Amino acid sequence: MNKKMKKQLLRIIISGIMLLFSMLVSINVKYINNIIFIIAYFIIGYDILLKAFRNIKRGKVFDENFLMAVATIGALCIGNIPEAVSVMLFYQVGELFQSYAVNKSRKSVAALMDIRPDYANVIRNDKHIKVDPNEVNIEEIILVKPGEKIPLDGIIVEGSSMLNTLALTGEAVPRSVKKGDEVLSGCVNNEGILKIKVTKKFGESTVSKILELVENANSRKSSSEAFITKFAKYYTPIVCAIALVLAILPPLILNQPFNTWIYRALSFLVVSCPCALVVSIPLSFFGGIGASSSIGVLVKGSNYLEALSNAEIVVCDKTGTLTEGVFKVQKIEAISISDEELLKYAAYAESFSNHPIALSLKEAYGKKIDNKKITDTKEISGKGVQAKIDGKEVLVGNEKLLKEKNIDFNKSKDIGTIVYIVIDNKYCGYIVISDKIKEDSYKAVSSLKENNVKKIVMLTGDKTDISREVSEELKLDEFHSELLPQDKVKKLEKLMLEKSNEGKLIFVGDGINDAPVLALSDIGVAMGGLGSDAAIEAADIVIMTDEPSKIAEAIKISHKTMRIVKENIVFAITVKIAVLVLSALGIATMWSAVFADVGVSVIAILNALRILKVNK
Amino acid sequence: MKNYKFKIEGLDCANCANELESELRELDLINNVSISFMTEKLSFDCEENNIDEVLKEIKKVIKREEPDVSIEEM
Repeated sequence: MNKKMKKQLLRIIISGIMLLFSMLVSINVKYINNIIFIIAYFIIGYDILLKAFRNIKRGKVFDENFLMAVATIGALCIGNIPEAVSVMLFYQVGELFQSYAVNKSRKSVAALMDIRPDYANVIRNDKHIKVDPNEVNIEEIILVKPGEKIPLDGIIVEGSSMLNTLALTGEAVPRSVKKGDEVLSGCVNNEGILKIKVTKKFGESTVSKILELVENANSRKSSSEAFITKFAKYYTPIVCAIALVLAILPPLILNQPFNTWIYRALSFLVVSCPCALVVSIPLSFFGGIGASSSIGVLVKGSNYLEALSNAEIVVCDKTGTLTEGVFKVQKIEAISISDEELLKYAAYAESFSNHPIALSLKEAYGKKIDNKKITDTKEISGKGVQAKIDGKEVLVGNEKLLKEKNIDFNKSKDIGTIVYIVIDNKYCGYIVISDKIKEDSYKAVSSLKENNVKKIVMLTGDKTDISREVSEELKLDEFHSELLPQDKVKKLEKLMLEKSNEGKLIFVGDGINDAPVLALSDIGVAMGGLGSDAAIEAADIVIMTDEPSKIAEAIKISHKTMRIVKENIVFAITVKIAVLVLSALGIATMWSAVFADVGVSVIAILNALRILKVNK
Repeated sequence: MKNYKFKIEGLDCANCANELESELRELDLINNVSISFMTEKLSFDCEENNIDEVLKEIKKVIKREEPDVSIEEM
């Protein structure tokens, strides 16, 4: 609670006590009771009256201060003095609660995104000094102690540690880093002292990019927000007009007392404030965006969160999205020698190459390669390599190579890249290298289906047989392979026609070479956003980790958000209209009108806050 | 055009924020005005050499519409 709120609370307590006292203890001289009421009224309502007075001068009559002032002064004039005081009192209680709730949700969302570093320890002239991260230049060395946030992107020049990336990615498992590794700002250093050479200025650093994205998120408004703004624009003048008619016509036509109808009209004014209605909708979206950032999904605007809830078709890129994008040895099939030995010869033969296949062989072998044992290496372009290892003639390559050299072998039926190994003109077996499907992809497919996604399609530039296997393994609905970037655009255009009017198409890619399709789809999702500026810029939603199942999580949050938004809209409008009808009939009192105004807004806010309680 | 962001404090409610936003849209020198009630942020685009004048105009509108509201640089 801040100072302003404490002051308001004090006023509420004082005038509340005065109101109660004056209602319960009736003093013989009637005026004294009324004087206490009036004093209580001014204590609780002076700021509203002041603002209302200022608003009359500028002709803003549909402002809530003005409406409350008119309603309560009107009640005072027709002699309903205790009611006027209590209406003002409850209005202020509601306002206080509202600002408390809004403040609280502001703070909890800010805490979810608590990644902004406050300072950097930069080493200058052999001393380390604390400075604003903005003042650190590229190439300078910064020191990060355990428990501190890494303030700028850079490369570790000294030390090793475990980094906590929870705030950035929603990932609880710490990441281990050592000298020479690139580190990103916003991570928290868990253990050792790190010396980092800065590679990017603060404004360009990951943390700044992410904060900018989150901070701008609320400027893109959803259609629900637009609806409620529009509704408020017409609702208030209409209700006020009816109030005016209500105060004048029935007494004249039906010849009834003015006081009754004026009282009913004043209740209308209390209900006519649009704010209760307006505040809960952006608050719900704000909470939804906050909840998704807490799981490492950055949504660039409430419009995208809204669109997610209508996701119908999900189109995925293959490499790097559904698969790990890294080639790995999947299978070793040796004949006459051991698997270990087969892998050793393959790794030795390929040791001078930097081709992804060669790298994966070396990684699988895992031991140091003794270069002295390798002689006469010769690359046979498009087919493989030839080398002398420990005096043995070794051939490592594809089918074509073996056919060319006239060597007998059994063709492997495995899917992926097959490397055959021949030692001294004798076929010794093969190794299968392929891209691995992410463990998380299975979960992603099933939970997308659970969240009303009708169709999951894979688009890839890769070969058909590899794509088919991935597609069948993951039980996707459709796949299109061997596509060039322009083909992807055409396929996506076709898919866009397949969805229903309301339905949305999501494209998920790693953000590299995907810009046209990201732009074309209803919602472009870039994955592995950590550290990739291009992806953050191009996409509407950025997933900080490389887990495709996060899309399903985000859809879940969007469903929850939209349900709460709808609940709030329906609830607020229904209660307001019900109270309007009841007060026109003289059944509802001004008390229920106050409930319809602030009570509804408080309930709507509490409802909106539920979004933040996403199971983490 | 450069994007500017200010902290905007003292807004009573979301509707007041919307109204102030539409008033600020009327100003000639600025584009893409957005006020977020939730994040208490005012953001707009304008030419860099106009910023002083723009700020004066914005403050004038705020003083007229919502005298309790203040903006400050972040």
